[in-house]
Amino acid sequence: MANLTLVQAINLALIQEMERDERVLILGEDVGLNGGVFRVTEGLHKRFGDKRVVDTPLAESGIIGTSIGLAMAGLRPIPEIQFEGFLGPAYDQICSHAARMRTRTRGAMTVPLTIRIPVGGGIHAPELHSDSPETVYIHQPGIKVIMPSSPYDAKGLLISAIRDPDPVMFFEPKRIYRAFREEVPEDEYTLPLGKARVVCEGNEMTIVSWGSSVVQCMQAIERGGRSIELIDLRTLYPFDMDAVEASVKKTGRCVIVHEAPKTCGFGAEIAARIMERCFLYLESPVQRVTGFDTIMPYYKLELDYMPDADRIARAIEETAAY
Amino acid sequence: MPIKSAFTTTIDHVSILDVNANFDEKLGAGLIPDGDLVRLYEHMCVCRHLDEVAFKLQRSGRMGTFPQNMGQEAASMGAAYALDKTDWLVPCYRENAGLFWRGLPMEMILLHWMGDERGNAIPRELYCMPLAIPIGTQLLHATGLAWAAKYRGEKRLACTFFGDGATSEGDFHEAMNFAANLDIPVIFFCQNNFWAISVPGKIQCSAPTIAQRAVAYGMDTIQCDGNDIFSVVYCVRKAAALAREKGRPFFIEAVTYRLGDHTTADDARRYRDQAEVDAWKTRDPILRIRKFLTTRGLWDDAKEAALAERAQRDVAAAVERAESIPPPDRNDFFNNMYATIPPDLALQRDTMQTHGIGQDPSQIEGAVIELPAKTSH
Repeated sequence: MANLTLVQAINLALIQEMERDERVLILGEDVGLNGGVFRVTEGLHKRFGDKRVVDTPLAESGIIGTSIGLAMAGLRPIPEIQFEGFLGPAYDQICSHAARMRTRTRGAMTVPLTIRIPVGGGIHAPELHSDSPETVYIHQPGIKVIMPSSPYDAKGLLISAIRDPDPVMFFEPKRIYRAFREEVPEDEYTLPLGKARVVCEGNEMTIVSWGSSVVQCMQAIERGGRSIELIDLRTLYPFDMDAVEASVKKTGRCVIVHEAPKTCGFGAEIAARIMERCFLYLESPVQRVTGFDTIMPYYKLELDYMPDADRIARAIEETAAY
Repeated sequence: MPIKSAFTTTIDHVSILDVNANFDEKLGAGLIPDGDLVRLYEHMCVCRHLDEVAFKLQRSGRMGTFPQNMGQEAASMGAAYALDKTDWLVPCYRENAGLFWRGLPMEMILLHWMGDERGNAIPRELYCMPLAIPIGTQLLHATGLAWAAKYRGEKRLACTFFGDGATSEGDFHEAMNFAANLDIPVIFFCQNNFWAISVPGKIQCSAPTIAQRAVAYGMDTIQCDGNDIFSVVYCVRKAAALAREKGRPFFIEAVTYRLGDHTTADDARRYRDQAEVDAWKTRDPILRIRKFLTTRGLWDDAKEAALAERAQRDVAAAVERAESIPPPDRNDFFNNMYATIPPDLALQRDTMQTHGIGQDPSQIEGAVIELPAKTSH
């Protein structure tokens, strides 16, 4: 076991998969000598060389489009998009091609690629470096979407993503890249995609969250006084509705927390599924604590935009009091 | 049939004031009057000082990530000087000198990098677009701005700035193609500073010049020494004349160098040789103008000392103005989302500190939990 940050856990997963499978290669902007702007690919260029750790021209559509070709030819590309705000030019390749190749060729051709993307706010970054666009890609059929909230999960989920036969978007919450360390096995291991993690058990209320918001939820829960079950979805598509259902049927109350805007945020889907599956068990309306339906503000106000322990604690009390 | 040449071309390179302050009288005489050159030099030194101060503000936690402009001041400033005050300047984020020359208050750029949108509230009469953070997207906006001028029969043109990295993006190629084929008077001004963060220019362009990319679009082009303000002014005037008289676009490759890190979040020592940086320091645009002014008797140590004092004073005052602006209201980000705020968004704004968002407050009456006031971020 090693005590690792999220960045280090991802770095270790990349090294181990590249050692294990020579079809795996990394490409993107500044991923080589520089080790990525967050140092996630630190040391990989030195270890695996120019052929497998490739600094590309500055073109996100090019990075994803060529990755699709690499993947269809049987390789396992891991492209990096430097910040979620720069996914725009890559959107066409992701949604018009990567997502559809399996179905439009009736399974004759597939796109096994894993796109890594730092995501979210809370690090005082400039404009377009702090957004939470995961819902856009959850809504796109044909893509799997992952967002880990801890170093241990990040390593196991990333290895599963790389070995997955379909396109996966692996969102890395940059706010917790180095926020804490966790014991992470040095040996390789996988975690199943589509399985949530029960972070802590309780019977009074369920909180569903993912990414760095999980940390905010923990802070709210640790203020004490209530028995709360926290579910970290980890994989956003396919998502573990069974885990949510089991918990909500037990607690009868649910708060969903995410950083992305409220309207059509993934919390809306979870809430609708709870209505479908748990309606007669509910003691109160499902509550959402989310980013607002605004553009993510520049960093002077980003903490007012993002769900924090205060807002989550208030939602807990409101939901309990209903 | 013998194979014939279908097309050949050459790319001109313009250099008027070289690193040793040798001056090409034929090209340079009368290009910039002495008085203007002194003002440009002074302005450049103030911009350089602001760059140094901004770096320290970031390091001491008073500002967020900041991209230094050091070494590239002549490029955007020369362009802004050569253009009319009502031509559009469409920057990326290493054009502070040109924007300040146009009249953008320094504190606005500081405010932007201090994480405050109000730094982008650029007075319309300055004809400056806000900094473009994604790479290369603004080239298409510049093309549209110039198109609008053509549509209205105005002589206004647009000049857009971008780096060598941007020439890899699809938007670059789309903008070049639109402008060339639809006859749009836009100047594409590439600041080739050799580095897109850590990625060297040869990964962006395998041709000997970036300028020749324009040839493929049927666009006139020229390469210049971007650290020589005379060369920049010469090329931008040539481009502007073509744009105004013929309504055609023009591509300028200004060869320059990013003396600093990409931003304060970067450490260029990880990927480039100090020897390369040191060599470019001798080609600093500021050094050669000072030498030139000095040999012409237009500058001396006393003036330099006075300028250093003035730069300190001006920049300190700009920082003071940026930092003394009261923080925005906590719900400021709801404003300016739409011309008229939709009711649901207004409810989110009005209840953000007292209720779950968007919740009908009456539904949870008695369970209102006031949030503790946040004192600082």
